[in-house]
Amino acid sequence: MFKKDIQPGAKTKVKSSVQRGIRAKVLETYPLLEPHIEEILPKKSQIDQTKLPDRVTLYTLPSTPLFWQHMDDPILPHLTLVHKYPHAFHRLRVDRGAIRFVLSGATLMVPGLTSPGGRLPGEAKGGEGDEEGRWGEKDLSEGEIVVIEAEGKESACMVGVLKSGTGEMKKVKKGVAVEGGHYLGDGLWKLHLD
Amino acid sequence: MADDDAAEESVQQRNVPPAKHVIYCGVCSLPPEYCEFGGTVSKCEQWLKKNNPEMHAKMYSEDAVNEKLSSLSVEARAKAEKDSQKKAAKAEAAATREAEKLANSMIYIKRVERNKRKYVTVVSGLEAFGYDLKKVAKDLGKRFATGSSVTKNAGNTGEEITVQGDVSDDLFDWIEENLENIPEDNVECIEDKKKKAG
Repeated sequence: MFKKDIQPGAKTKVKSSVQRGIRAKVLETYPLLEPHIEEILPKKSQIDQTKLPDRVTLYTLPSTPLFWQHMDDPILPHLTLVHKYPHAFHRLRVDRGAIRFVLSGATLMVPGLTSPGGRLPGEAKGGEGDEEGRWGEKDLSEGEIVVIEAEGKESACMVGVLKSGTGEMKKVKKGVAVEGGHYLGDGLWKLHLD
Repeated sequence: MADDDAAEESVQQRNVPPAKHVIYCGVCSLPPEYCEFGGTVSKCEQWLKKNNPEMHAKMYSEDAVNEKLSSLSVEARAKAEKDSQKKAAKAEAAATREAEKLANSMIYIKRVERNKRKYVTVVSGLEAFGYDLKKVAKDLGKRFATGSSVTKNAGNTGEEITVQGDVSDDLFDWIEENLENIPEDNVECIEDKKKKAG
């Protein structure tokens, strides 16, 4: 979604009532963020919203990017936030071979997740970084927001919306997994706010 | 209030890990573990060595490098290698091109007669150095206490800053002082030809 470098548009303050709405929505989508919500969105803070191209809105707290949203789609976290609270999101893992494609903005395809290096919910294959419950137990359905981590790496490299359920993926092992997300080194990542 | 208590309780119960602090590479801005995909690996490595020797030792040790390679098939490895080389070359070429462009681009300060004794000063070329014209225009207006705006240039090919009043000399000094990216040699004052002749 942010393949090209982007120019931020107008920055406006968010009304406190809207701010409450955002907070509620964030909590609804990411219940696991609840313990941290005071750190992320303190009650008495002034959130700013910046308009980005293609009808994307970015919410920032003075100038640290927090969440972004395309029109009225679900609110997605910025990767810096994901790096801070990785445990609060649904996580999947891609194998090493897929990383370079992800980082150059390709659509994430299912084989990267189903191969031996990849992880889907409910299949801890053992090995490094496979502590209990890390990849979740239940299958995720289409439209869920997922954080994509990478084999042999600690931090996540992509955030996006699932294009097909993980159960389906395990069966079919083909097709698109996540499309149009926010990945490391894309325009949103490189965006400078002052 | 009851909600707050409940939330607090659940924090303790779940024993939630605190916020992680991730270090980001000063060269390519990614977390250092992803530097190898950025195309500026050697620069990133140097940066990490200087700024975070501990992490550098962990990531660039021989064991770590071997382990990275072993997890891929030979074919995929060769492909990745080729790809990363291509990327590195690309990044380097882009960097040199950028530097050349910067060295070649000039900033012109021009005094334009508006109405016999009245002048406006036009600055063009600032955008090549990565400045936001709107912001610079605002600053100029403040500095000289005059109107200052971003206008389209004569050929309609780009934009320039128009400052009201004849401030070309002061402007030259101001650019030198305040806009650090710009070498002095790249700024040029264009004198009014008519005035020279007369």
